[in-house]
Amino acid sequence: MNEKKYSALVKKHTPKEDVFKNAMIAFLIGGVMGIMGQGLIDIYSYMCDISTKEASSYMIITLIFFGCLFTCLGWFDKLVNFAKCGLIIPITGFAHAVQSATLEYKREGMITGIGANMFKLAGSVIVFGVVSAYTFGLLRLLVMGG
Amino acid sequence: MNFKYNNVYLNETAIVTGPYEANGPLGSYFDRSYDDLYFGTDSWEAAEAKLIEDSVDILLSKSSLIKSDIDIHISGDLLNQLVATNYAAKDIGIPLMGVYAACATSTLGLIIGANMVESGQVKNAICTVSSHNSSAEKQFRYPVEYGGPKRKTTTFTSTGGASALISSKKKGIRIESGTIGTVVDLGIKDVYNMGAVMAPAAARTLYEHLNANGRDTNYYDLILTGDLGIYGKEIFKDYLKKEYGIKLKNYEDAGCILYDRGSQPVYAGASGPACIPLVTYGYIFDKMHKKQYKKILMIGTGALHNTSMCNEKRTIPSIAHAISLEVIK
Repeated sequence: MNEKKYSALVKKHTPKEDVFKNAMIAFLIGGVMGIMGQGLIDIYSYMCDISTKEASSYMIITLIFFGCLFTCLGWFDKLVNFAKCGLIIPITGFAHAVQSATLEYKREGMITGIGANMFKLAGSVIVFGVVSAYTFGLLRLLVMGG
Repeated sequence: MNFKYNNVYLNETAIVTGPYEANGPLGSYFDRSYDDLYFGTDSWEAAEAKLIEDSVDILLSKSSLIKSDIDIHISGDLLNQLVATNYAAKDIGIPLMGVYAACATSTLGLIIGANMVESGQVKNAICTVSSHNSSAEKQFRYPVEYGGPKRKTTTFTSTGGASALISSKKKGIRIESGTIGTVVDLGIKDVYNMGAVMAPAAARTLYEHLNANGRDTNYYDLILTGDLGIYGKEIFKDYLKKEYGIKLKNYEDAGCILYDRGSQPVYAGASGPACIPLVTYGYIFDKMHKKQYKKILMIGTGALHNTSMCNEKRTIPSIAHAISLEVIK
């Protein structure tokens, strides 16, 4: 049997992923996360009497804190199992990726373990985040003149 | 390559597992199970080495032997440079032969050991294999606590250490023959569909084994593949029929038996070098001792990749080794 025929045979027996269901769950959970974030901004700006921009930073810090804490407590992977990308795409997912790598490599030392591996998963997000920021910044400069 | 044995027996076995296996349907067949995944050590790698040490200790006490009675220890695991085996062997102190065939390591070890015993140069050999869910996840996939969504075809690496004592003493189960398989690659690149990667290797080894021994599948009461999982199992059956014209009746996959897929988060089933011995050495041997199965064929199936080769988008080769076991007449 050649590779092409085998590939067709494998495809026949491979189950379809529930893309629509997963996307809907992610959409709903992601939406709830958005509402929570907005709620936090409102609470911070009202209680601390600060601007919305400043309150946004407080909101992000809060979500990162809980993303990391729940990862350390061993809850976050179970939550993600249910919530799919609803928790991975927001900032909580980034915090989770960094924190889980940190936990994994802490036994290998501060420098060779945590330092070298903390961005194992999230490193790509940072690199390509910066690259796309530059690309779109340059495009904006060229097209719109800044 | 096929080997026939006249005087080799699998005298005793010992199985140590983690909590997921103990909570599965075969929990009562294991000699020792731990409640957590560290087993009193401080890292996943050290925990896996402990699985090997424990299984050898239990095997020696069950068979009333001491370390100096054992001529050679043949052992393997999934970790880079076989560290679990090597670090365990440091404390075990029996001459070591480290072997690697990914998840086909258990049957490879048994074939090597059986050849040594058959030649008469080795009196007692211990064959061990281990895998640890967390150390394997760390090395091959993502950090253990990372919860990215997984595909349905993903398998769950079993946590366990399994040791077998083989000798020429007529006791336990007879090792009748063994077949060393050929590496097969049918162009699959998907690391989350290991069943599809390994099914052609299992089929080829089964075909070669049957051919070399001049028998058909009805000869066996059970043909057991290692860790193809529920989807890989179907691919294997379909491929075997189309490519070699072999229809299977008495067939099962160890990866589909070890856990309860309904209540445990194991996706397509169990995998790992320990998967097939965890199922065979306890549950299947118990059925053999009760004469429910008289002749079985164990086919260990291994995917021979590492993360670099997969990141380079290369296809994944696989291998399968088969060993035929019989109840002593």
